[in-house]
Amino acid sequence: MSAHTDLKIPALELKSLVFSWPGQAALLDIPQLKLEQGQHLFIYGSSGSGKTTLLNLLAGIYPCKYGDILIAGQSMAASSAAKRDQLRASSIGVVFQQLNLIPYLSVLQNVLLVSAFAKKIPQAEQRARYLLQKLGLEQQLWQAPANQLSVGQQQRVAIARALLSQPALLIADEPTSALDHKHRDGFMQLMLAEAELCGTTVVFVSHDPALRSYFKFELDMEQLHKGVQPC
Amino acid sequence: MLMQLARASLWNRKGTVLMTVISLTISIALLLGIDHIRHEAKSSFTSTVSGTDLIVGARSSQLNLLLYSVFRIGNATNNIGWKNYQQVKTHPQVAWSIPLSLGDSHRGYRVIGTNEDYFKFYQYGEKQPLKLAEGKVFAGVYQAVLGSVVAQKLGYTLGEQIILSHGVGSVSFAQHKDKPFEVVGILAPTGTPVDQSVHIPLEGIEAIHLGWQGGGMPAPGRSVSAEQSLAMDLEPKVITAYMLGLKSKMATFAVQRQLNEFKGEPLSAILPGVALAELWQMLSMVENMLLLITVLVIVATLVGIVTTLLAGLKERQREMAILRAVGAPAATVFLLIELELLLMALLSIGSAFVILVAGLWGFRELLASQYGLFISINPWHDQTALLLAAVLGLTLLLGAIPAFLAYRRALASGLMVRL
Repeated sequence: MSAHTDLKIPALELKSLVFSWPGQAALLDIPQLKLEQGQHLFIYGSSGSGKTTLLNLLAGIYPCKYGDILIAGQSMAASSAAKRDQLRASSIGVVFQQLNLIPYLSVLQNVLLVSAFAKKIPQAEQRARYLLQKLGLEQQLWQAPANQLSVGQQQRVAIARALLSQPALLIADEPTSALDHKHRDGFMQLMLAEAELCGTTVVFVSHDPALRSYFKFELDMEQLHKGVQPC
Repeated sequence: MLMQLARASLWNRKGTVLMTVISLTISIALLLGIDHIRHEAKSSFTSTVSGTDLIVGARSSQLNLLLYSVFRIGNATNNIGWKNYQQVKTHPQVAWSIPLSLGDSHRGYRVIGTNEDYFKFYQYGEKQPLKLAEGKVFAGVYQAVLGSVVAQKLGYTLGEQIILSHGVGSVSFAQHKDKPFEVVGILAPTGTPVDQSVHIPLEGIEAIHLGWQGGGMPAPGRSVSAEQSLAMDLEPKVITAYMLGLKSKMATFAVQRQLNEFKGEPLSAILPGVALAELWQMLSMVENMLLLITVLVIVATLVGIVTTLLAGLKERQREMAILRAVGAPAATVFLLIELELLLMALLSIGSAFVILVAGLWGFRELLASQYGLFISINPWHDQTALLLAAVLGLTLLLGAIPAFLAYRRALASGLMVRL
């Protein structure tokens, strides 16, 4: 089992994180944020509020120059770019708004893509099949090229991929924006239920306040900047 | 994994990839083909004559002497005396000699007046002697042995009567109509100018010119019939050149100097190997130009490919972001694009080889029969590996441009690509 099973270590911890683009005022200035294992947080923010930048920082794409981000106790600030890539592969799952899959790979190959970059995932293929099944994707779709699936199916494959390595953290960037109402509901329930099963902490970012009902904890960007803790 | 990705990605864009591979295949096949022909031409050229130590003719430049005696191109500046030739033959170092008497032709093909020694001692290629495909060497005055191309192009068989023309133009008004020659032998193909020659005895040359004065046709009433001439003295007075084989290679330079300082008449003695190399040097400028052009064709093709890649980069931004999201280092993006290019280049090289070998195999017969060219089917030479490595290197070097741009974009734009 991965490191995040230790309950005392928060799955995600932000310590006086400051980020600004060169020559501009600070876009992000978050004194503190702590998420326990399995906690699901909804972050609400309008466009331009720095949501996307925050997600890039959480995923270790951008280096954090001021302050620190700890994923299951591992410091981003202290890690090299290669180490952050490794951390992302093993401990962080990402789901985008849409177009989550590489169109020319099959569904199964897309899910297993993580295992090429993560440290050894035990029984990856078995787990991929299990997740796909649980997310309601029939077996005959598994070998199909990803672009033959409907948007809703593609987003569910993306969840399977994000959770394959049983990551400490799942980052979701408005994954329902391309779905209609009916599918949105099913998607949210499936995603959160699976994350729950994996014991994965979820950070869900959206500008759609209607989605906050799925979450126990919610913060908007302004509260984040003030250091308000989810409770 | 990267390999699987690259293959799947290429397959996904098979239309564009196919066109890319075709264009690269054509230019690589061109490069390999030109390089191959270069080698073949050189080896065939420099092996036109072998085993001969010295070629001797009237005083002239060594290229001129080489051209008319070996390649049957151009004309001798002067003749040399038969008596002097007889004297040189007795030189203690001379093992064998071949006299050559030029100046007549048959329907555009040069006529060589010589003797049996030509068929005994003339060597080409890797010291291969001449071989008769049909018939025998001439024994009588009015008999001829044809080179393979002459026989084939003109459709001559043994027993055919042919009429020689005075001079070497393809159309000649002065013909030796009264003295036809009988074809008694046809030589096997050699891939050298021998194939394009008509060989007759020195006595035959003498006989057809009996009564001719100062290069003109005999005056009426002074011509000599074929039968009459046989009774006359047919020992030649002059010949054009002769080839010498020496007993010891060590003596070559000494004999050359002695011949160049010959008291009886001004002579030039040349070493065929040296003269061939000098001539090839002049010709190789052309082939180097040709090679340069093919290299430029490759560069142009590669630049075109890189342009296509650059144009397609935006469409692939999402793909790269997904790779980054699942934990791929930014370098993976760079490597993926380079790997795809490498695969296309290798595929192109493979198909270029197949096309080239198939082409050479297919045209082998035609080239040999129509042009007397013997080109090996195997286009692989010592430097081919180097050439291909250079092509691959250039591909990767130029491919580094789009690969680096994709890499930088992957670093900067992060996971959330704005579409």
